[in-house]
Amino acid sequence: MSKQLERWGFVLLATLVALIFTSFVLVLAGASPVAAYWYILKGSLGSWTKISDVMVAWVPLLLATAGLLVTFAAGQWNIGVEGQIVLGAIFTTWVMRSLQHTNTPAAIVLILAFIAGAFGGAIWSAFAGILKVYGGVNEIFGGLGLDFVAVALILWLIFGPWKRPGIGSMSGTEPFPHRLWLPTIHGTRLSLWALAIGLVSIGVVYFLLTGTYFGLKLKAVGRNPKAAYLMGIPTTKYLMGAFIISGIFAGLAGAVQVTAVYHRLIPAISSGYGWLGLMVSMLINFQAAWAAPVTFFFAALNIGSIQLPIMLKLDSSLSGVLQGALVLSFLLLEGARRRWVKRREEAKNE
Amino acid sequence: MSSHEIIIGLAGVLFTAAPIVFATIGETFTERAGVINLSVNGTILLSAMSSFAVAVSTHSIFWGFVAGIVVGMGVALTVAFSSIALKQSQVAVGFVLTLMTRDLAYFLGNPYMGLQGPRVHNWPIPVLSKIPVLGTLLFNFDPLTYFSFILIIAAWWWIFHTRPGLILRAIGERPAAAYVRGAPVNKLRYLYTALGGALVGLAGPTYSLSVKAGWKGTISGLDGIGWIALALTIFGGWDPVRGAFGAYLFALLQWLGLVLQPYMPNIPSQVLQVAPFPLMILTLLFVNIGNTEWVKRTLAGLPPDARRWATRILRWMQVVPPSALGTTFEEE
Repeated sequence: MSKQLERWGFVLLATLVALIFTSFVLVLAGASPVAAYWYILKGSLGSWTKISDVMVAWVPLLLATAGLLVTFAAGQWNIGVEGQIVLGAIFTTWVMRSLQHTNTPAAIVLILAFIAGAFGGAIWSAFAGILKVYGGVNEIFGGLGLDFVAVALILWLIFGPWKRPGIGSMSGTEPFPHRLWLPTIHGTRLSLWALAIGLVSIGVVYFLLTGTYFGLKLKAVGRNPKAAYLMGIPTTKYLMGAFIISGIFAGLAGAVQVTAVYHRLIPAISSGYGWLGLMVSMLINFQAAWAAPVTFFFAALNIGSIQLPIMLKLDSSLSGVLQGALVLSFLLLEGARRRWVKRREEAKNE
Repeated sequence: MSSHEIIIGLAGVLFTAAPIVFATIGETFTERAGVINLSVNGTILLSAMSSFAVAVSTHSIFWGFVAGIVVGMGVALTVAFSSIALKQSQVAVGFVLTLMTRDLAYFLGNPYMGLQGPRVHNWPIPVLSKIPVLGTLLFNFDPLTYFSFILIIAAWWWIFHTRPGLILRAIGERPAAAYVRGAPVNKLRYLYTALGGALVGLAGPTYSLSVKAGWKGTISGLDGIGWIALALTIFGGWDPVRGAFGAYLFALLQWLGLVLQPYMPNIPSQVLQVAPFPLMILTLLFVNIGNTEWVKRTLAGLPPDARRWATRILRWMQVVPPSALGTTFEEE
């Protein structure tokens, strides 16, 4: 059997295992798995409008994943990515609010808003980096703590200084004037600008990690920081650099959410794309080349599962169960495969 | 606020901290054995939901608790198995599990949302609960709170004052040396991960059948607790007593947030609820900063007197993880 065929067989098997597990969960909830999968499929790829909706969710997820691949290359679990998306959204909103009633051209306002978003994400990510590099705080906990701080910050802004005239509410801040919305394709919610930013970003990350010395050295730091340091790579600088670059992409995801999707700041602005990006990164084994198709698939599951409460009275969190089952099944089967290969080689040697 | 209200409030702190104590001590056992179970946050949600669903369906609190504990053990054993047998990263598997179990809880718990269910009753301890002040503060709880007190002492005794506890610490610090002296390292790691998972699983029904009785889906207010427990394990320096102290501190802060709310009308309640999390970062910073290179370098450059004081303060706060934490061990 050729290597290629073996690889695809593995992918197929792992997907099947995840589907069987999820079907079992559906049966446990008293629902028909076939119906559930059918509605997810129809709700995500059933029409051009649905496909454009999937692409709306795809862009921020792709951006978050692009950033995470950089920190993963440096061996860091940048769990603070959720908070970085939120900070990106806050900084973007801040610029938009400050300039919305001036006669600054819309294009300039939006460009400044995106720069501010990238900056906001980078600052928040740099905090996690500083805590890790200079404070010895594991980046998982530093990032997580910063996630919660970001949530507090966004709630305070929405219910406090930036509240709607009258009373603040979970529906978010006052929407921006129409001229400041990132233009979308007629009849859809999809912005080609946002799509371009997402695709260029993953392209940049792919090039950075596979085609530059920076990427090579970053991976050396990720594999073995001590050895990298002895080889003359300034480890601290590379780690901080990875955090900052990652934060820039997460911040852009927040900026896209504000300027192209919601046109205001809402409490759930990050939509869990940071968490999902972490799952995708693990599923694709941190290979940037696979990021675009797999994030598209995950976005489709998210959008498709919106149909579940409407059509089958099920909770839409099923998409998370299926995504988790996929990642878990890939991780476990990969472990089993390696164990099997090792056994076979040992048997040969004897 | 009268002194009586303060005593009731403090008793409430001990009561609401019980599940956090369970989860923290459970994770302390697991990590002492060298395994990181990062799935705690999702596990608590799934076990809280399952316990409530089982208790509602069977009208039995007992089976509710059994369900919660089984869920906790099952998730923990998945982490142990994928690490020990399949050599996969504990952090990766634990992280996927924490997200997946959370979504499982929300998905499967949907039909049980907002239902009325059984709850654990108070067991005031005869005589003792009648003592003024102390009776209200310590002896008028449900059995889970008493168990949390006992567990703190028992876990501390087990880890630091028994022979099995010595072996437990050895397999987390120097597994090879422990193995040479006859400790079945991987078997014990399975055992302690299961025990830790059971305690984390116990935190679930302690919420859904007692402290925050019921299941309310995403607004159950349990999301985040597991991460706090993981941070408290570090804060506690893998010592159950210090970890439990952290849990009480956390519960105290949450209570203060509620009490002080009316005096700070400009701050939305959601902000005060997350206030303990930034404090978590700060405490982690305090206990870890002594381990960094630049602090060690700076200390070496200080005049002797200042150095002695700085070192003493850092030592007092500093914690050092079990040295084999998160690694796998080949028994050959």
